[in-house]
This record gives sequence, C-alpha cells and structure tokens, in this order.
Amino acid sequence: MSFSAAEAERWIPRLRRYAVALTGNREAADDLIQDTLERAWRKRALWQPGTDLRAWLFTVMHNVHVNVMRAAHPVESLDEQEIDSERAEALSSGSSAESAVVLSELRAALGRLSDEHRQVILLVGLEQMSYGETAAILGIPIGTVMSRLARGRDQLRQLLARDQQVAAPPGLRRVK
Amino acid sequence: MNEERLHAYVDGRASDEERREVEALLARDEDTAARVRAYAAQNEALHELFDPVMLEPQTQTFRMPRSDAASWRRWGGLAATLLLGVACGYGVRSWLGESTAMPPIAHAAMYAHAAYVPEVRHPVEVGANDQQHLVAWLSKRLSTPLRSPVLDAAGYHLLGGRLLPPTNDEDSAPIAMLMYENAQGRRLSLLVKRESKNRETAFRFVEEGSTRVFYWIDGPLGYALAGDLPRHELQVIARLVYRQLNP
Repeated sequence: MSFSAAEAERWIPRLRRYAVALTGNREAADDLIQDTLERAWRKRALWQPGTDLRAWLFTVMHNVHVNVMRAAHPVESLDEQEIDSERAEALSSGSSAESAVVLSELRAALGRLSDEHRQVILLVGLEQMSYGETAAILGIPIGTVMSRLARGRDQLRQLLARDQQVAAPPGLRRVK
Repeated sequence: MNEERLHAYVDGRASDEERREVEALLARDEDTAARVRAYAAQNEALHELFDPVMLEPQTQTFRMPRSDAASWRRWGGLAATLLLGVACGYGVRSWLGESTAMPPIAHAAMYAHAAYVPEVRHPVEVGANDQQHLVAWLSKRLSTPLRSPVLDAAGYHLLGGRLLPPTNDEDSAPIAMLMYENAQGRRLSLLVKRESKNRETAFRFVEEGSTRVFYWIDGPLGYALAGDLPRHELQVIARLVYRQLNP
C-alpha cells in the first residue's frame, strides 16, 4: 500500500514554492521537482502509510538537491537579471513599490546565504515545518536546526539592513 | 533568555508560558525586540515573495511517472512543446488523458485549496474579523459586488479571504478566494471569478486525490467550492452556497 500519483501531485505547488525559493531560479526549481517526483515514485514503497506525505516528499527533494549540489557546478542561486527586471517593474507599478523593493532585496540577500542556512530558514519560515520535521527532512539534529536558524536569520537581517542603508532611505524596513 | 526561545516565539511555536516570558523580555529590551521584529518580518516577506509561485501557471506539466517504464520526461517535454501556445495547465493535463478538461476556476480551486488550506499562519490575506473590508476589497478587485455566504448551518464559519492571480494569459480575471473552517479545523475554499460569457450551468464535479470540487456558473460569475469531504457532503454545502447567492 502506497500513495497514489494524484496524492503526491497535490503537493507540487508547495514543493515548487520551496524549490524556487531555494534555488532562486525557476528552471533549476523545475528540474528539481521533476527529479523529485521521479525518485519519489521509484522509492514509493519506502513511504510509510499514515505518515505525512508532504514531509516525505520534502525529504526526497532534499536528497535530490544534495546530489545535484554535490555533482555541481558552482551554485548559481541568484538570477541578477530577474531581480533587476522585478525591481524595475516594482518601481514603475507605483502602489506597492516600497515593499516590492524590499522584497527583491530579500531575494538577493537570501541568495547570499549558504545553502544550509537558506534551507532551514525556508522550511521553518516559509513551509511552516516544525523544528522536528525540519531536522528529519534535512537529516540533522534538532540542535543544529536551531543554530542554523539563529545564524541564518541574523545574517539575513544584517544583509537587509546593509542593503537598505545603501539603497533606500530609512523607514522602508518593514515589509508591510 | 536563550536564542531558541526567541525563534520559537517568532514561529508561533512557543507555549503560552514561554510566550509571556518572551513578551516580558521584549518590553524591556528594545534591541532584542527590534531583532525579533526583523525575524518576523522575514517570515512575512518570504510568504509575500514566494507564495505567488504556488499559483503560477506551469509551463511544464509535472506528473508522477505512473509506471516505472514510462519515459515520462520525454513525453512531458513533447506535450509542453506541442501545447506551448495553449499551455495553461489543465489543457496539458487533459491532453495527457488523465483528467477531463477542467475550466480555469475549477483548476484554480484545486490548486489554491491544496496550497493554502494547510497553512497554519497564512491561510488568508484578510481575516474575517474585518468582514466588511474583506468583501469590499474583493468586490473592488473583481469589479463586481460579491457576497460572502454564511455557512453556519453546515458548521463552517468564514476564516477570511485572499486574491488569487489570473489562471492563465487568455483569461486575465483575478479570482477571489474565501476560506471557511469548521470546529474540527477542516477547511473549505470558495472561489469566485468573473466569467467572460454570461450564462448558467448546472453543478459540475471533479476530484483529484482527496480534494473534491463542485463548480458552476451563475450569470456573470463562476464559482468553485473545494474541500476534502465526501462528495455528497460537499454537494450539500455547494447547494447552500448557491441558495444564499440566489435568494
């Protein structure tokens, strides 16, 4: 007894959100998802019925990602052109320009973190995984999750604070 | 105070007692308070930045391979190429023969339900505590007066709503999403969108995995109700919605 293809496919939007945030690049994210689904299907007998399929799929995706990173070319986690065009769009669209500028800076800052810090920040902050689930997905002790979370968030904070000092007048700190 | 507790507070994972302790600390330590605000803003911004990804029309149709022998990647690529002009997710899916053509609103309901219902902290953009504002805001964005049905009779109350981007390039109408919840924490999603043709249809039904969707068009508006409920239960609620909107 295992999961059906349709049950796993329900989680694609969630997997894709995380993959885009992790890689900073839609093409790499889509490759990651495709490889994840193929691997998940091959290994579907390993999933234990009754456990959280979403967390299991994230675990599979993490393992695929680690393999890709290990095999890889230097990480190109940041698509500068994409960011520039988003910034231009945000600036020209007027209404929410202020927060959008900060968002594109967040994206850039995220790209400057180490993969390890980025993973923890995204699984906890974006995917709302518990610290225990995050530890299981990444295959690390929960204490390591906490220390990476603390260090990663603080680095992110400092990167954003620095960007804003350079690029924006004070007062644009908060997103909303 | 240890750092872990501050993060548990930011992530909504602190116990009531821990939360009180952290709040007491933040009240007297402005530096720590600023840091905690920055961490919380990071979480908010991550959602704002990446949540829209969940609803992007996929240029590539991801599917589980179904059978181990399937050269799925090749077929996926071929389908994407052939259908590039009309690619809007559901078209590709139906071409592959799995699900019958689903109109954009039903497709959006399926995905938005899967995407937002499991959210603990961000299921909605605007909460039901400000219902007037919610309905006015969504009405304005859809350029048509909306109403939020009351589903108390079925045990569901309004949780809030959000605005979803258009489903594909040909149909630029934004979609309003209302989320309801019952006492057991089970959630329903009601999507409403302006239709280009003014017409009426009967209830139609689709399901994928455990999610079931009833959808219909009523004059200028299309509706889709999604939930992880048995079909007949969902149909009862869909009728309730329909009756309320057509008194």
